[in-house]
Parts: sequence; structure tokens; C-alpha cells
Amino acid sequence: MVSFGFELLDSKRIDYNKSDGRLLNEILEKEPSFKRCISCGGCTATCTAGSLTNFNIRKINLMLRHGQTEGLEKEISKCMLCGKCFLVCPRDINLRNVIMLIKKGVLKYNTEKKKI
Amino acid sequence: MKQIVTIGGGIAGIEASTTLAQMGYDVTIIEKDKNTGGKMNEWNVLFPNERPATEITDYLYKKINNSNLHILTGTTISKATRKPNGSYSLLTDKNEKLHADTILISTGFEPFDATKKEEYGYSIYENVITSVDLENMLRKGQPILTSKGKKPKRIAFIHCVGSRDAKCGNKYCSRVCCVTGIKQAIECSRQLPDSEMFCFYLDIRMFGLEWEKLYQSAQEEYNVQFIRGRMSEACENQDESLIIKAEDTLSGLPLKMKVDLIVLLVGITPGKGTKDMASMFSLEREENGFLHIDDPHFGKNYSSKKGVFITGTCVGPMTVDETLENARSAAVEIDNYLTKIK
Repeated sequence: MVSFGFELLDSKRIDYNKSDGRLLNEILEKEPSFKRCISCGGCTATCTAGSLTNFNIRKINLMLRHGQTEGLEKEISKCMLCGKCFLVCPRDINLRNVIMLIKKGVLKYNTEKKKI
Repeated sequence: MKQIVTIGGGIAGIEASTTLAQMGYDVTIIEKDKNTGGKMNEWNVLFPNERPATEITDYLYKKINNSNLHILTGTTISKATRKPNGSYSLLTDKNEKLHADTILISTGFEPFDATKKEEYGYSIYENVITSVDLENMLRKGQPILTSKGKKPKRIAFIHCVGSRDAKCGNKYCSRVCCVTGIKQAIECSRQLPDSEMFCFYLDIRMFGLEWEKLYQSAQEEYNVQFIRGRMSEACENQDESLIIKAEDTLSGLPLKMKVDLIVLLVGITPGKGTKDMASMFSLEREENGFLHIDDPHFGKNYSSKKGVFITGTCVGPMTVDETLENARSAAVEIDNYLTKIK
């Protein structure tokens, strides 16, 4: 490929070919309700952590689906596990369990240290 | 002469019954309310062309003058006995006995009870109203005002209230709220040209042929603004204005907005009448509460019980034109059925 002397930044685009789907697959298996998200944003709107930090739980779903697992551990550490997102979700997704599964999954798959 | 009893005198019941009466059947409509016309009496103008709702009722009432048609208002069925040949003998709450070779159920719908979504503040905050309340205000020619009698500077229309929501048990789309909301936003904008209108939506489902045009006209001519995000809650300020919390999902940021009036676009739910008649005639209902149809393509007017036909919104959310069509198709199905049984 011809080099034009500049590159697209990875953080500025989604590359499905480089995605690491292991964590997503494990979460979908253990918490199948997570498949149902329609990205309405009700969770983020009501989120306790989201009113104090830039935490956006709806985007966690997108990050996982795009295979962007790097930085997830820091992101979910902002969650207070209050469960209000679960209360408002129109698709009845157990988001608190999703967060718990991500916490375990980032350790299991070592997503923060080893890039796939 | 074969006899048909229609239960429910809304637009579906009247359209089907008048069609059957014209065919030469003896039809009796049982209506629980004082007047026929059902929910149509509460609407102001209809989407997408802002036709006055009275034009629909006028059209139906013109056909009522038929010696084959009898209407019993303020009446309910208290007992139904099925005979081996599938006909029924009915007893009304006024002790009238009726014979029916076949039954047509057209018990319609109830708007979603918005108090069930407590976080939206309906019946808690005065400036939270439903699309039905707004429609009534417009029909009566009342000006759109806040609880303090001021012109609202900003109105928010909330889509999918009681629809597509597992939390209130209604997982289905009510189909008519998107277009109703946009129609009402246009009406409000016309009355309050200096005020802002915001629609909070998940998906805008403008499936009718002319509806996309309405959507575009709301954007271009009436400056209605659309935010993709579900309202999570509303709370009241000291001056009785309201704060909406949502996420603007397209920018991925939480959003707070001060508004003067919130209109909840309430969905269509199977009414009490539909549930009562389902148990009286032992009809199956779907998980969503609406009456079970025999076949989604070939048997839309057939209930789970032979000889009991169904039409209108007791089967599921429908627009006015779809309801009238569905009623006419019920008349054809009943005619076929009664011709065969002899």
C-alpha cells in the first residue's frame, strides 16, 4: 500500500478485523439478556456514576461489540453497582451482572496487558 | 334471517355491523357506554391528513339507519351459552335475551395507563400530560397552557410510553404513537410558533406511505427537533417546570433539559372489555394480552373459537384506516361462514 505519510488513529475508527470477541461471547453466554440492547440510553441517563464522571454504560456494550476491550477495566471501575440502569431498562437487561462479568473477564482474558 | 351480535360499538364494530346489515343480516350492536363511536369521540384530528375525527363518526352514523341494525347502548353481556352448532344465546345486564348465529368481538383498546411509569411523573406533576389529554384539549379548542396558565416555551414529546417496554409488560410497538406525536407536535407548533418542540424517540416508525412527508414537514416547516434517547425520568422544579433526564445517544452524552410541558405518547393496550370478553367466550389471548388470531395471513378475523369473530384493536394496535379495513374484512369472513353453516 502506498504510504501517504500519515495513518488513521486506531481510536478514531472501528476495526472489526482486529476485534477480540472472547469477552463479549462469555458475557452473552452468561448473561443472554445483554443481547437485547437497543441503545435507548435510559441506563446512561439515570446512571449515578455517569452524573459524576464520563462513565457511559451504553457505550460499554458498543465497545465490547467492536472488540475494544482495552481500557474497559478502568472504565467499569467508575460503576457504583447501584443497579438503577437495570431498573429503567426497557429490555430488562441485567446490567449489574454484565459489569460483574466484565470485571472477572478482564482478569481471565488478560485484556489490559496483552493485545490480540 | 341469520343473526349476528357485535360486542363493542366503536368504529370497528359499527363498520363491520353496518356492512353486514347492508348484506341483509340481522345485526345487534352491544355497547357498554352511553354513546357509540368509542375512542373516536375523544380524538381531535387524525393523522396523517388532519381529518377531523367527527368526519369518521359522521360517515359511520350515516350507515346506521338500516332496519336490519339494532344498537343497545349502556348495555353489557352478562351471560353467554354456546350451543352445539356454534351459535350462542346471550343474556344482557338488562335481562334481554339475544340469539346469535355468530359473535363479532370488537372491544377495542385502552390507552396505556401512564401512572404505571411513576418515574415519568404522570398524575404527580401537573405539567406531565398524555397524548390523549392533549388530544382532548385540542378537540375542545382549549389553549395549550401550563398548570400556571402560561404558554409553554418548550414542550417535550416522549415516544414509546408503555410500548416496547418490558418493565410494564408491553414488549410490542403500538404503531400509532410516533405519527400521533409528530402530528401533535405540528399542531402545538402551529398554536405556539415561538415555542420549541422536542421529540425523544428510540426509532421513528413512520411506516405509512404519506407519513414520512409528515415527519419531514415537522422538521422543515415546524422546526420540531428530534433527540434519539429514552427519557429515564422527569422531576419538577419549584416553578413547576420540569427537568428531563435522557441520553443523547447519537452524541453519546447524558442530557438534561428544562421543559414546561411533557406529553407522554401512550401506547395501545388491550382494554378491560377485551379481557372480559376473552374469558366469557373462552378465547385465547396472546402473551401481550390481545386476542389470539387464528392465522396472521389468512385468519386475521378468526378467534381461537369457531363462530366467534374478532376485529379492530382488540386484536392488536391498528390505525383508523386499518381498523375500518379490518372491520370490512370481518364482514366478508362472517358472510362466508354463515353461508356455509346453513
